Amino acid sequence: MERIELTAAWAEGQEVLAEVTKESGVRASKCYQCGKCTAGCPVAFAMDKTPREIMRLVQLGLMDEALQSQTIWLCASCDTCSTRCPREVDIARMMETLRIIAKRKGFVAEKKMDLFHDLFLKSVEKNGRVHELGLILGFNIYGMQPLKDAHFGPSMLLKGKLSPLPHTIKDNGEVKKIFANVRKRGGKL
Amino acid sequence: MKRVGVFVCHCGTNISAAVDCEKVAENAKSFPGVAYSTDYKYMCAEPGQELIKKAIKEQKLDRIVVASCSPRMHEPTFRRCIESGGLNAYLLEMANIREHCSWVHPDDKERATIKATDLVKMAVAKVMQNEALVRSTIPITKRALVIGGGIAGIQAALDIANAGHIVDVVEKEPSIGGRMAQVDKTFPTLDCSACILTPKMVDVANHPNVNLITYSEIEKVEGYVGNFDVTIRKKARSVDLKACTGCGTCIQKCPTKVPSEFEMEMMDRKAIFTPFPQAIPNKPVIDRESCRYFKSGKCGVCQKVCPTNAVDFTQEDELVTERYGAIVAATGFDLFDDSVYGEYGYGKYKDVITGLHFERLLNASGPTMGKIKRPSDGKIPQNVVFIKCVGSRDEAKGKAYCSKTCCMYTAKHATLVREKIKDSNAYVFYMDVRTPGKGYDEFYTRTTDQYGAKYIRGRVSKIYEKGDKLIVWGEDTLLGRPVEIEADMVVLATAMVAKADAAKLAQMVGFSYDQNNFYTEAHPKLAPVETHTAGVFLAGACQGPKDIPESVAQASAAAVKVCGLLSKEEMPTEPIISAVNEAICSGCGMCVPVCPYTAIDLKVIQERVHGKTVSRKIANVNSGLCQGCGACTVACRSAALNLKHFTNEQILAEVDALCL
Amino acid sequence: MKYAYYPGCSLSSTGVEYDISTKKVAESLGIELWEIPEWNCCGASSAHLTDHLLALALPARNLAIAEEKGLDVAIPCAACYARCKATEVEVKDSKEMQKTISEVIERQYTGKAQARALLDVFVNDLGLQSISTLVNKPLKDLKVVSYYGCLLVRPPRLGFDDAEDPQSMDKLIEALGGTPVDWAFKTECCGAAHATTKSEVGFPMIEKILTAAKEAGADCIATACPLCMSNLDMRQTQVGAKYGKNYSLPVFYFTELMGIALGLNPEELGISKHFVDALGIVKKLNEAAGRRDTA
Ligand SMILES: Cc1cc2nc3c(=O)[nH]c(=O)nc-3n(C[C@H](O)[C@H](O)[C@H](O)COP(=O)(O)OP(=O)(O)OC[C@H]3O[C@@H](n4cnc5c(N)ncnc54)[C@H](O)[C@@H]3O)c2cc1C
Ligand code: SF4
Ligand code: SF4
Ligand code: SF4
Ligand code: SF4
Repeated sequence: MERIELTAAWAEGQEVLAEVTKESGVRASKCYQCGKCTAGCPVAFAMDKTPREIMRLVQLGLMDEALQSQTIWLCASCDTCSTRCPREVDIARMMETLRIIAKRKGFVAEKKMDLFHDLFLKSVEKNGRVHELGLILGFNIYGMQPLKDAHFGPSMLLKGKLSPLPHTIKDNGEVKKIFANVRKRGGKL
Repeated sequence: MKRVGVFVCHCGTNISAAVDCEKVAENAKSFPGVAYSTDYKYMCAEPGQELIKKAIKEQKLDRIVVASCSPRMHEPTFRRCIESGGLNAYLLEMANIREHCSWVHPDDKERATIKATDLVKMAVAKVMQNEALVRSTIPITKRALVIGGGIAGIQAALDIANAGHIVDVVEKEPSIGGRMAQVDKTFPTLDCSACILTPKMVDVANHPNVNLITYSEIEKVEGYVGNFDVTIRKKARSVDLKACTGCGTCIQKCPTKVPSEFEMEMMDRKAIFTPFPQAIPNKPVIDRESCRYFKSGKCGVCQKVCPTNAVDFTQEDELVTERYGAIVAATGFDLFDDSVYGEYGYGKYKDVITGLHFERLLNASGPTMGKIKRPSDGKIPQNVVFIKCVGSRDEAKGKAYCSKTCCMYTAKHATLVREKIKDSNAYVFYMDVRTPGKGYDEFYTRTTDQYGAKYIRGRVSKIYEKGDKLIVWGEDTLLGRPVEIEADMVVLATAMVAKADAAKLAQMVGFSYDQNNFYTEAHPKLAPVETHTAGVFLAGACQGPKDIPESVAQASAAAVKVCGLLSKEEMPTEPIISAVNEAICSGCGMCVPVCPYTAIDLKVIQERVHGKTVSRKIANVNSGLCQGCGACTVACRSAALNLKHFTNEQILAEVDALCL
Repeated sequence: MKYAYYPGCSLSSTGVEYDISTKKVAESLGIELWEIPEWNCCGASSAHLTDHLLALALPARNLAIAEEKGLDVAIPCAACYARCKATEVEVKDSKEMQKTISEVIERQYTGKAQARALLDVFVNDLGLQSISTLVNKPLKDLKVVSYYGCLLVRPPRLGFDDAEDPQSMDKLIEALGGTPVDWAFKTECCGAAHATTKSEVGFPMIEKILTAAKEAGADCIATACPLCMSNLDMRQTQVGAKYGKNYSLPVFYFTELMGIALGLNPEELGISKHFVDALGIVKKLNEAAGRRDTA
């Protein structure tokens, strides 16, 4: 394994670390590496780094490695870790912030998941609400799996669970404005 | 003419790095009353003190200002110094130019020097107003009180008694012994706890200088060092200790069973009971909450079978008041309530237990006769998981501190699992292994190396029941992978916490406790067994988590302090107390309820006014009780109360020196 | 008792039966639900994974409308509830955040209108006592595991129930005459959208929960979240096939179980819309009740 030169890495990671700390409000230095977060994380089995290891990378300023990990995309935001952390570190919030920043920097380790959220928000911006059929179709088409989950479609339509047309709210100006206002404040949507 | 000497200390570079000490000494020469001023590297050191004494003689100084550190540490030093130089100790003032100046303004020498000069100026103005004060003395009652009869209390009592003083031990429970009596074997030598504790219990019980007052609690404490008046509530035992021979017939015949606290409720005891076989006194007590006779008026079997007619249902609590010269608090600890860990299912899953439960499972006279068996079904567990730091080092759900003993007792437990259960696995989830102490780390190393316990670095996140197994989820942080263990039993190394009534006792006796309700020592390094209250000392786990060797060492230390106090016939009292100007006191009594030490009452005096004798009420300060806090001086509307050494005039002189 | 009602997007599509049963049950219990007119999507996990401010602002608009009416908001969907609660708390905690959000949504929201989980409203405002007196078809002998999911009771400081071993749904089941079955997966996460976006991660998560429910000896699962519902119900056969298991575990919204116990028609509650047959078990329940009545 490659040896890490910690001092240089620390210096290099400062800027992003500051950004992460400010946006998340989470001080990584509080973490004492007990692993309770990982031990209870329902997604840990699929992660390339455990949630504790993500905290460790952030502690040492190894930000690129943290931002490039799959883990931050796989986190299900279930809050199990934050609920149980003995040091009251909000790990879930850290994951969320890392993902937002990773996206901003163009590190997207899980393209498909990212696509899903993009399409979701597009739908919300356009219609004020989510059009689930459109979302699933779009996701599977853009995701190059046009037939995945397709078998649910007909029965869903039959059960009245999917509407072929989007539900929109009459005047969606307000929601569009929310998106615009967030963008105005620097939000990258 | 008053002649003040000013002595400015450099404190090595502690002060001189930030303050120009020579300049301060130079500036002081111009202050009114100053006859001599100088600076020196270490004023508290022998040469520094000599310097002061010499100057007193040669310069004919009659009052002294030392500009140095906080008076907390060295005021007594310099008071002794000027006393041996021939001055009254109270003609000393200290200007704190370290904590109040150099340490807080390290970066601006010029202004720090100005500030230090001002501080000296104030001290000079005050010392000019100081008066010689004389200490008086009070007699010391040569009897000590030890509260709590655990190993710490027992040791303290034995040491005090061996030095020839009378000592009373007040123990809340029916027997002395404390937690150590519950422990099976003791680390790091694995000798049997009862084998080393019982002889001490017997010694203390048989010692001619010791009175054991068990099943009793402190009700009220008045007075002060040398003379504490303590009221003790002797709870009704319902058994006449003098008549009872401890034959145990009553216990055998009593029909009422209740879970035994001593056995961590894994076994029953009777309503008339002794907590454990080696109890001292080995005479029973009736638990009136569960006794049939007290609940329904029926039964009384114990009374009928007692051959000496010792059972007495009519006994009542008895209050006795005794005077003591010194008090040792040795009230020990409780265990943290693990049920806040919903994720561990403590209280829900029977086989998730605490370390103390486990001690009882190991013990030959415990619920399983010393065989490690599961509380749920009595099966012998093959895979035992230990989780350390439960309730400790956990700000979210428990305490921030480390409980200090659990690393070692968990190593002990893991060793015993491997020793007692063939083909067993002992897994220990840990964050750190903290085993400083003689022979301790070697003990831990044997646990893994010789006994093959598996240590896994990580905190457990969840335990749940699956069939008759307990599934434990952790992370092996050294591997960086989530791990799972199918356990048969889980033992939580539970935090040591202060007794539930610790704060109450501290308030009653009048000493301080920390945010965790552990008792506060007077100084963490230099006065570890003293409290801030003179005459009250600490021993054992009531001051913070501790193992037996440490508790015993601290108990002996506390005993020495007690003996030191009791070896004197009388002791000097601090003259910095409140004084009443009888001429202007209107007797309004405002000060009486304000005094936290109940040192003030109203007395009646006779006066001749216009040729007639009249009587009127005035405030009266008890010099033994007054601690010199000054609360009364603020409350007094006619300014009749003044605190000696901090009189209104003295304080105003300081203010004037600074502001005028 | 009157609340603003925020159904959220899922309740007009995959979770229609949650919407239907909520409204019907509320009506029977005398709780008035005023649906927030022109409510918008709360942003769900997508907004919260994309931009923190957006994630707070989207729910804030709905809360602001309720606040204008002076009503607290009853929210059936656990995911929407969690998002709305997060907004309420951040707004309450910080005047600055309150200002920013009000500017972004161009409406006033002060945190006065509270986000309330529908389960909380039923169990704690109305009370189990009042509910149980209205039960006329008790869920006798029906063994139910309550699945709260990960979002309903977390984070603990915001919660209305214990974060590790919540009890409110279990107690509700009991009040409805059913048999709550204790299990260890009450709050384990089902993976939310992972089943859709990354099934190799989502499916094992679903599998664990279904297996645990089965092992606990449950007849069915009660849930409070449309996302959990689609994972546990819609994907049940798919997940079963992958792991070679046949769970046959009906999954109910807790409101549906309430409806049944209150004597409402299961069809009208939308129970026929489930993927795993749930009507069968209801029918058996009614038959057993019928037998008891005639006996
Ligand atoms: C599971 C476990 C295993 C351990 N194993 C070991 C070991 O192997 N080796 C080791 O060195 N240490 C061990 N320890 C630590 C050991 O128990 C303590 O160091 C020791 O008990 C401290 O003694 P103590 O006298 O200070 O307190 P305690 O033992 O708690 O005794 C205090 C006594 O004071 C009494 N008391 C309390 N409040 C009042 C009151 N208000 N009025 C009157 N009386 C009162 C109590 O009833 C009790 O009798 C273990 C601890 C635990 C929890
Ligand atoms: S639970 Fe908290 S302290 Fe422990 S490793 Fe995770 S973030 Fe760090
Ligand atoms: S919030 Fe993310 S990191 Fe934390 S336990 Fe859930 S999935 Fe794991
Ligand atoms: S029977 Fe009487 S003498 Fe014997 S232990 Fe009981 S009280 Fe004491
Ligand atoms: S002694 Fe060891 S087990 Fe106990 S709290 Fe400290 S580190 Fe944890």
